Amino acid sequence: MTDPKHPSADTASWFLSTARERLTGLLDPGSFAEFLPPTERAQSPHLALFDLPAAFDDGMVVGRGRLGRRAVLVAAQEGQFMGGTFAEVSGAKLVGLLRAARDDPKLPRIVLLLLDSGGVRLQEANAGELAVAEVMRAIVEARGFGVTVIALVGGRAGAFGGAGLTAATCSRIVISEQGRTGVSGPEVIETNKGVEEFDSQDKALVWSVTGGRNRRLLGGADAYAGDTVAGFRDAVLALIDRAPPFDLVTLRAEQRRLADRIECLGACNSAVEMWVALGIAEPQTIRNLDDAAFAEIVKGLRGAAYEAR
Amino acid sequence: MKLDEILSSLFLMGHDIDPRPDHLILGTGKRANGGTVEVVGIADGEALGIEGVLPLARRVLDIVATGGKTPILVIVDTQGQLMSRRDEMLGLNEYLAHLAKCLLLASRSGHATVGLNYGKAVAGAFLATALATDVLVALPDAEPAVMDLPSMARVTKLPQEKLEALSKTTPVFAPGLDSMTKVGAIAQVWDPAKPLDVQFEATLATIPAHDVRDALGAERGGRLLAAGIARRVADQAGEDRRA
Repeated sequence: MTDPKHPSADTASWFLSTARERLTGLLDPGSFAEFLPPTERAQSPHLALFDLPAAFDDGMVVGRGRLGRRAVLVAAQEGQFMGGTFAEVSGAKLVGLLRAARDDPKLPRIVLLLLDSGGVRLQEANAGELAVAEVMRAIVEARGFGVTVIALVGGRAGAFGGAGLTAATCSRIVISEQGRTGVSGPEVIETNKGVEEFDSQDKALVWSVTGGRNRRLLGGADAYAGDTVAGFRDAVLALIDRAPPFDLVTLRAEQRRLADRIECLGACNSAVEMWVALGIAEPQTIRNLDDAAFAEIVKGLRGAAYEAR
Repeated sequence: MKLDEILSSLFLMGHDIDPRPDHLILGTGKRANGGTVEVVGIADGEALGIEGVLPLARRVLDIVATGGKTPILVIVDTQGQLMSRRDEMLGLNEYLAHLAKCLLLASRSGHATVGLNYGKAVAGAFLATALATDVLVALPDAEPAVMDLPSMARVTKLPQEKLEALSKTTPVFAPGLDSMTKVGAIAQVWDPAKPLDVQFEATLATIPAHDVRDALGAERGGRLLAAGIARRVADQAGEDRRA
């Protein structure tokens, strides 16, 4: 399904696009307006200490627009600037957007987070860590007031560390095959625990552990998108109206969902073993399926259909 | 201070928290006023993985389900999230976020939540526990951090000597209690020479209704921009709507 209004943007790879290209392509044409745009030069005062260049948006674009004529608030991380990391300014921009959604019921009730981030920016580690904590709290508070927060994961930097926790705090997660998410990245685990624990050079292994298909099969993401702007738009529109509320019922269901996952899959040594345990007949083929065939497999899985996040 | 000393100083009327093989802290303490405090946490520097999260989260959800306003104390000494291919494969980010969400739900449901960092508190496990509370306090020997300086030097490819020199002048990245206090993560540092129960009651009496950590960071000079940036974005969102 493509939108004739912006054909060129529709087929563009989400993975390869910049944050601004993703926003322009995702939202209805001409609907995007940015808050604290680069002309206001809200940039990191800390990077110069490390002889690193700053950016006028600090790698975080926030604003509002329309998606399928529906008003939305949006935030997009630029994975090609400092790995899309959470830092003092970039984090505070997202915190401000989420608090606005929380406090002003006349603002759009949907927030889209286009995550593309390796986590906390180490040059501003404490400010970044705290920004993630503030973001997580603001997401929960906004959700408590009926705001739906949707994470879109499919960029080069994935969603790791604080970004992985942020994604899982949202009402919904949409992921593509190229999307990767987790806490410690493969390189970090290899550096700390050795190559026998996690060989970060083994691309197939990394794909099977952190990649979007494994996340979707286990229920670690709620929707699977093709790696195009149109793919993400369609996936978001398909789930935008059925987000779980933030309450005790939802979190008890999530507790069951996560406990069931350990019970069912906790003894598995590889992703393929997990997919066998999930009842997938030909787990070796998961990697080679096209997106449509993969979507058919997901339909048959219980764990991927829980309404609990 | 050791955990048993902390617990005895906190709960003069007694508590039922015993050491566990999984190093989790689960139990109830008695307050001088006759009330109780629910205690959850992680001890002995243990790393937090998917198995560690579930009993803590279940306990917090049970507290919420019971109702009432019993405060929750989250005591933390953890080296960070478990670094394991298996836990990552099973979705560790969802487990850690789940625990944070449970604590934030408890707070929204009327249970004051207080974090207490007495040892290490690192990265993802820090976010899932102590940083998901209404107010975070620490004891003077606490070592909160995102990453230690040698690892930071490796990842940023900067000489460790340079990082050490920089860490003396800016709290924005340096590991440790002073830095984390200056940026607003830690509201107060308790005095171990004085009874902790009194300090706990004083902390409970001043639980902020909103997230004040960015304002605190600005006031203390460790995080000068964040609060203002967040406010400007929210203001512009409001102006745009009214336009």
